[in-house]
Amino acid sequence: MEQLALFDASPRWTVTNLTRHLRQLLEDDPDLQGIWVEGEISNLSRPSSGHIYFTLKDSGASLRCVMWKTEAVRLRFAIQEGIAIEAHGSLGIYEVSGQYQLYVDSLRPMGEGTLYQEFLRLKALLEAEGLFDADRKRPIPASPRRIGIVTSPTGAALRDMLNTLRRRMPLVEVILAPTPVQGEEAPPAIVTALQTINRVVSPDVILLARGGGSIEDLWAFNDERVVHAIRKSQAPVITGVGHETDFTLADFAADLRAPTPTAAAELATAETVNDLQQTLVMIEQVLVGRLGTLFERLRNLLEGSQSGLRFYSPLRRVQSERQHLDDLSRRGNASQVHHLELLAVNLKGFENRLTALSPISVLQRGYAVVTKDKRVVASKSQVQEGDALCVRLQDGEFGARVIEVG
Amino acid sequence: MAKNEPKPIEALTYEEAFDELETIVAALESGERPLEESINLFERGQALNKRCTELLEKAELKVQALVGDSLAEFKEEQ
Repeated sequence: MEQLALFDASPRWTVTNLTRHLRQLLEDDPDLQGIWVEGEISNLSRPSSGHIYFTLKDSGASLRCVMWKTEAVRLRFAIQEGIAIEAHGSLGIYEVSGQYQLYVDSLRPMGEGTLYQEFLRLKALLEAEGLFDADRKRPIPASPRRIGIVTSPTGAALRDMLNTLRRRMPLVEVILAPTPVQGEEAPPAIVTALQTINRVVSPDVILLARGGGSIEDLWAFNDERVVHAIRKSQAPVITGVGHETDFTLADFAADLRAPTPTAAAELATAETVNDLQQTLVMIEQVLVGRLGTLFERLRNLLEGSQSGLRFYSPLRRVQSERQHLDDLSRRGNASQVHHLELLAVNLKGFENRLTALSPISVLQRGYAVVTKDKRVVASKSQVQEGDALCVRLQDGEFGARVIEVG
Repeated sequence: MAKNEPKPIEALTYEEAFDELETIVAALESGERPLEESINLFERGQALNKRCTELLEKAELKVQALVGDSLAEFKEEQ
């Protein structure tokens, strides 16, 4: 045997070369690169380098894993000893210790992958049914009077939406259709809530919302029944489910998708109480402007009739034909004179009334017009401490500054 | 809404007051009305505008909840 060993043709390796060869074999095998491996985490170690080391185990075997710091910082959940996960990465060999291991680039909790597959399958299915078509989206009214809310009566989502509506548009009427928003019972309950609120109160728009959570927490909003109920709603639906980065099938089916519940409430109130106040100030200006024109018309009319009176009225005759007047007076027929005097008094009264309505005469009574940035200040809500204002009086204007807003 | 017998201003909702206000502004803009009527319209317009402004200032969000098919006052948790 010793002789044979000396002269046979068996390949000879250095440890380094052999290890490199094995590493090459693993790295060249597409079945071992960019793969998902599922198992339980054990021997978890997170040294100060920031890299993560652990062993992935199942009942029959174990696999060393390493996740470099650059990937580890992107982990979206807390990994712990004993949890079931799916690790994505490539197989390789750490030559120094001759240890083969999985170089992990991402991790996800077990089951999330299956859910995501299901999500994609359903999405394709419903998309093919045309439920997400852009031309099915209904417009959202700019100033709804009645807003329906379908969400949990106890969640932060409802509080956020109500606060937003209160701040932006407290004139709206809000009807809540309470429903659980997670768990088995959630999808049919959401469907019923959508149907009931449409049937009982016919809202102008509906907010369907839920606060943030894991993909499982939000799962009710990927339910086919919920998607169909959104499309069957008579009122347009705005969804606000989870956070900015969460997309559910309900979002795709909705007439408008908001990134959060708060944003949904904002999108439902395009016209705010501020806008209404500004409109009223504008209308006030239009009214006063119209009054100015009216006043002008009246003045012309008065001047016309006064000169008419002067030239054609009996008064002129009275004035020019003193003799005649004397005659009339002498005859005790003063009634005509009295009538003319009355007419003059009436005209004066009419003119006084017009003058009283004119903005100029209001200034003459000591009132002032206050403007800020060329806009009339009609409410203290329009000014803040330190604002520069312009105060206009009957004989000119001057600048002023706000010292205190009571 | 009966044109000849307008509702008292203080009984109008915001929508009613604002709708009437818009009608008045349109009527005044057309400028075809007799003067006396225009002045009356102007005065009513001013009053409606004031009513709207006051309603906006004191508006409070009204929240109700469905209980089965009927509506009940909804108490918010604070």
